[in-house]
Amino acid sequence: MSEVLLEVEELDVRFPGRGGVTHAVRSASFTLGRERLGIVGESGSGKSTTGRAILGLIPRPGQVSAKRLSFRGTDLMTLDHAGWLALRGRRISMVMQDPRYSLNPVVKVGEQILETYRLHHRTTVADARRRALAMLEAVRIRDPDLVYHLYPHQLSGGMGQRAMIAMMLIAEPDLLIADEPTSALDVTVQNQVLRILDDLVSKSGMGLIFISHNLTVVSSFCDRVLVMYGGRIVEEVRADMLREARHPYTRALVASAPAIDRPVAELATVIRDPEWLT
Amino acid sequence: MTVAALHSWLMTDTPASRRQAATGNAYRALLAILANPAALAGLVIVSLLLVMAALAPLLAGGVSPIAPDLLHRLAPSSAEHWFGTDELGRDIYARVVYGARVTLTIVVLVSIVVAPIGLAVGTLSGYLGGWIDVALMRITDIFLAFPRLVLALAFAAALGPGIENAVIAISLTAWPPYARLARAETATIARSDFIAAVVLQGASTPRILFRHIVPLCLSSVIVRLTLDMAGIILTAAGLGFLGLGAQPPTAEWGAMVSSGREVVLDQWWVATIPGIAIFVVSLGFNLLGDGLRDVFDPKSA
Amino acid sequence: MADMIALDRLSVTFMNRHQPFHAVSEVTFSVAEGETFGIVGESGSGKTTVLKAIAGLVAPTSGTISLAGRAVTAKRSREERKLLQYVFQDPYASLHPRHTVDEALLEPLYIQGIGGAAEKVADAIAAVGLQPQHRFRYPHQLSGGQRQRVALARALILRPPIVLLDEPTSALDVSIQAEILNLFARLRRAYSLTSILVSHDLAVVAHLCERIAVMQLGRVVELLGVEDLRRGAVQQDYSRELLAASQGFFRSPSA
Repeated sequence: MSEVLLEVEELDVRFPGRGGVTHAVRSASFTLGRERLGIVGESGSGKSTTGRAILGLIPRPGQVSAKRLSFRGTDLMTLDHAGWLALRGRRISMVMQDPRYSLNPVVKVGEQILETYRLHHRTTVADARRRALAMLEAVRIRDPDLVYHLYPHQLSGGMGQRAMIAMMLIAEPDLLIADEPTSALDVTVQNQVLRILDDLVSKSGMGLIFISHNLTVVSSFCDRVLVMYGGRIVEEVRADMLREARHPYTRALVASAPAIDRPVAELATVIRDPEWLT
Repeated sequence: MTVAALHSWLMTDTPASRRQAATGNAYRALLAILANPAALAGLVIVSLLLVMAALAPLLAGGVSPIAPDLLHRLAPSSAEHWFGTDELGRDIYARVVYGARVTLTIVVLVSIVVAPIGLAVGTLSGYLGGWIDVALMRITDIFLAFPRLVLALAFAAALGPGIENAVIAISLTAWPPYARLARAETATIARSDFIAAVVLQGASTPRILFRHIVPLCLSSVIVRLTLDMAGIILTAAGLGFLGLGAQPPTAEWGAMVSSGREVVLDQWWVATIPGIAIFVVSLGFNLLGDGLRDVFDPKSA
Repeated sequence: MADMIALDRLSVTFMNRHQPFHAVSEVTFSVAEGETFGIVGESGSGKTTVLKAIAGLVAPTSGTISLAGRAVTAKRSREERKLLQYVFQDPYASLHPRHTVDEALLEPLYIQGIGGAAEKVADAIAAVGLQPQHRFRYPHQLSGGQRQRVALARALILRPPIVLLDEPTSALDVSIQAEILNLFARLRRAYSLTSILVSHDLAVVAHLCERIAVMQLGRVVELLGVEDLRRGAVQQDYSRELLAASQGFFRSPSA
């Protein structure tokens, strides 16, 4: 395998609450090289929490603990505030689900991309602006000059996501975490955005963690897939081998989605075995 | 049934009857209120007000609030008169305790007039829209335009002094904000899928309003009402201060402050003690209202 | 078999600040008794508006809608309401937050003056796979899947011949979706339902429907049978695009 970018060993995330402690992620362990790793799970599986824990974005009173959590040799468990500032956006970036909520609604799109660049590179405003425009072109926005001066609410879903990708990739990070990046988009737009992401990730050789509940997309886009259930990683499998997966939950998940080319009288349902939670 | 058993009966997540579900819900709300320190303080104060009003004769120790004793006028605090006496020699402590009844009467009467009127106008307006909405809202605006105390004064002067007229006067000026509140809430609720569902079942407009929309507006109205209590009490006190509320010799806190004005420099307790009572009760309602808002609608806190 | 639902040149135009917005333009199709008809489209296609117009929640600007052979307008009588019921998309918004499951199911029976309510409610709850202990819960005490079951129970308690489903499983996890779709398949057989299922998910629509309308920007782009869809025998470019996109991401050879 290529260079190891991320090492996660026994990651644990707990949220203390009024009704007790919610154990959102339990002993998750995996490594990531310069490849595409998909994390698939249903709601409550802990997939988004895992992504956020890597970036140190778990809000209080959440508690993160791990035997090992390191990125290219840097220990993420002991990183101080300055260390995080240098890391986020620059070495590790995150694209989130809905650009309506993840882009600043009162700042022009182009300005947000520019700001991201200038946070991490010492350069003139003019140079940064040029790079922002180039980035908008790289995400195949047809009229970058026009879009640069628009506000997020003026963009369609697909364009907003592309702007978000531009913002998150302009500093050329080594690792991109994409948390349901296409779930809020129409299916025809989804593939356009995925194609752009595919292109940029291949060209730069960065690592990608693709978090989604959509098995079809993850298995067709990624190289390897982690399946999460109840906070645990229950299976790790090559994306093209998903149908030969061994864990009963994975098999049930694959079988329960309706497929156009495989008609069934009744869809398979998941019979949840409490054993899976141990 | 032991306390623990009752608690688990109420907290169960599989209620066996509508009554169990509804009381369980109310119980959970009560627990949430008790867990909030501000709300708890407010609840304690309001409860004390209720107790004072209910048990006034007992708490006053049999002392009459209206019997004058001109030999012991303007006496300072003593073992016999805990808060001293006023300009007619009446025991201030007894008058404060009995005054709670007047305050509570005004607050309760205003609430039961203002909430239903506000809800009716607001929900009709918000749900039906169109010219009904325009007409009702303009009427609301007209009442809102008048300064509350001035309008209350005008009505009290026209209708004559007395508690009942004071209540009517205050109610006439206090209902518009509730109509506005109910209308805004209704406009949002009316767009919900669950309202569309009941329309599709053939529900009539009155049923939709009473059974589906009003219950959802209630919590905002209750919170608003509790927060407004302080203002209502002060308006009533203001009317009393001007001689338009409860008439002498009835003990009423505002009137007590007014009559204590003349001697405030030398016998400060005559005006100040009832003033403190007004302050504490207003504060209590404010705290309770804040707490209720935290419980019912945590997002706006 | 007679047509249970018939649309003829249905159009719905909304006025958005004096600018007309053609949500639905000249949509024509019919649904036979006992059939499950699918409408698939992306956002802005008008599929939900068509459903709402059929339900009478939105007034058509032009065109006609016929239910069970009779033309209907947006104004429906209480009797007419028994013909058609609706399952909404968002399980978190389609149940009244202050009413228990029991109250939600009693409501339509009370409104329509139907007796034997308590028993009918118990039967409805069992028919959708819920347990008796769910009966007196409030919506916030139920999961998304359980709420959709309640929504189905509510839609069927009046025994309507027609049920409209607006993206009934879009907000649910795929395993819960499977349960709800299986449930609906059982119920439509048990109650001989005529239904229209709207979804953005072609696979879901193909699973349950015999005929499918593809909509885009307010118009029906293509009307086809599910077998043709499965074989990929689609006529229009947009339908082809939609079908391809639904199969997942295909990495094209480096362009």
